[in-house]
Amino acid sequence: MNTREVIIDVENLVKKFGSFVANDHLTFQVYKGEIFGFLGANGAGKTTAIRILCGLSTPTAGKIWVAGFDAFHQTEQIKRNIGYMSQRFSLYDDLTVAENIAFYGGIYGMSRKEIKEKTEVLLNKLEFSSQKNKLISDLPLGWKQKLAFSVAIFHNPKIVFLDEPTGGVDPITRRSFWDLIYEAAENGITVFVTTHYMDEAEYCNRVSIMVDGKIAALDTPEGLKNAWNANNMDEVFLKITRKL
Amino acid sequence: MRMLLIILQKEFKQIFRNKVMLPIIFVMPIVQMTILVYAATMEIKNIDLLIVDQDLSATSRGISSHFQGSPFFNTEISQMSAKDAYGKLESDEADLILFIPANMEHDLYRNGNAVMQITANAINGMVAGIGTSIVSQTIMQYNRNLVLNYLKVPDTRGIQHQISTTYRYWYNPYLDSKSFMVPGILTILVTAIGLFLSGFNLVREKELGTIEQINVTPIKKYAFLAGKLIPFMVIALFDLTLGLLFGKLLFDVPIVGNILVMYTMAIAYLLVVLSLGLLLSTISSTQQQVLFTAFFFMIVFMLMSGLFTPTESMPNWAQDVNKINPIAHFMRAMRMILLKGSTMNDVLSEFFILMGTGIVLMSTAIWRYKKAS
Repeated sequence: MNTREVIIDVENLVKKFGSFVANDHLTFQVYKGEIFGFLGANGAGKTTAIRILCGLSTPTAGKIWVAGFDAFHQTEQIKRNIGYMSQRFSLYDDLTVAENIAFYGGIYGMSRKEIKEKTEVLLNKLEFSSQKNKLISDLPLGWKQKLAFSVAIFHNPKIVFLDEPTGGVDPITRRSFWDLIYEAAENGITVFVTTHYMDEAEYCNRVSIMVDGKIAALDTPEGLKNAWNANNMDEVFLKITRKL
Repeated sequence: MRMLLIILQKEFKQIFRNKVMLPIIFVMPIVQMTILVYAATMEIKNIDLLIVDQDLSATSRGISSHFQGSPFFNTEISQMSAKDAYGKLESDEADLILFIPANMEHDLYRNGNAVMQITANAINGMVAGIGTSIVSQTIMQYNRNLVLNYLKVPDTRGIQHQISTTYRYWYNPYLDSKSFMVPGILTILVTAIGLFLSGFNLVREKELGTIEQINVTPIKKYAFLAGKLIPFMVIALFDLTLGLLFGKLLFDVPIVGNILVMYTMAIAYLLVVLSLGLLLSTISSTQQQVLFTAFFFMIVFMLMSGLFTPTESMPNWAQDVNKINPIAHFMRAMRMILLKGSTMNDVLSEFFILMGTGIVLMSTAIWRYKKAS
């Protein structure tokens, strides 16, 4: 974290749906290679913000730069430099593991040869080579999510956005999912992750907590615990969301 | 270009893996052609004719015998009362009743005229109208022969001076309804395949949530939409070929015109249908919505298209609506090409109307489909 190169720069981001303000003047920066946790209760505006950063939704106002591109006008350039995995499962059920990888790799303009080689490496690493030609619909949820994450970073993006990636998964699978996240971060991919699980918040380098469309706190997990005089992130979260 | 190939590859794989859709794609043309062409026939046959003969004379038997063996009628002759006969009409056992009253022959020879009555169940107006006219024609014919015999005039001389009309039916000399129906059925086939398959496809990705993942990639909008259209264009053309082949082998439907002209028209028409399907799926969020709206358009356009009833006898407002009805244009072109051997020049106006409609719908669909909200 010594370089402190800013990769996501958000200043006064506002998103309104009619008169409802989903994101109320958000300002934050995300540094290259860090794991940035984006916390908040349901309906706090996390998904809205992540969709704007991914170019899926147009912001109402603010200055937003993602991987050096403007979120108002350069969404297609942003899309070329990011990966995305949503809480709604995103691989094609009726395609096999290898076909899904090849499809998404192809869309990002990877060559056939590159896709083939990287698929081998990936499946070996996941110890999943035997399942290569299995349909996604036949896989257990935990495996689907690990694969979806691997596909999201298959084209080696600068940033990967994860929107509640571990929903409905058992603790052991969640642990191994986070091993994949750490590995991606070590390889220089910035990870932007939303979650409900406070133990996962502890794994992040820095955490922001959103309440009612605003960022209520932003610091390292240690810093937050000290500031709020709490033993763990769970307490921090409860104190922040109840006080405001 | 490579992106388009990648999308096409994915779409075809998904289509061929769909265990419900795939059989329909192959079976639909065959079933539609057989059942619809054989069963949904426009020919009038098998009318149930009840002859109530209360006269039981030579003349009445002579009349009755003219109806037996007619391909139009299933004839039953009885002496029941008028009341019983009406009962038969009511219970649907008879479509037409011919009453021959007692003393008919006596009246005919004594007074020079006799009266018979035809009663028709006109719930099906077409059966009633055509049946009645065949019955009265048959009786008039019989009457004329009777007069000739009675006057002892040699057969031919009396008739020679009558004005007679002969007729020829062009393009469908034997008035075979199959020749008329097959191009219509093929149109419906292509419409159903194109509209529903393309309509469901995109909205299904919305329902599953995979569209989000697609929208967050740098995929080109036109490549994605083309990838959604081309597979169904191919499938629809394949089904058209299969249906036509089946029609040729089974019913020997005429294919007078140039087959390439037909395919050109089919491609123009499919552009319209597929774009409409795509447009519906961009404005809908569930497959139910697409099904319902697509069904609405299909039924309205189909009823007005001239498949079952001639468009020429529709009221003016309906004919005006038909100017933008793609099914009507394509069906007319199909009949012209297949039955009359019309060339590209003859169907040029239909071609331009279809292309124009297709381009408008396609542009609207592309404009409506947004990668960001």
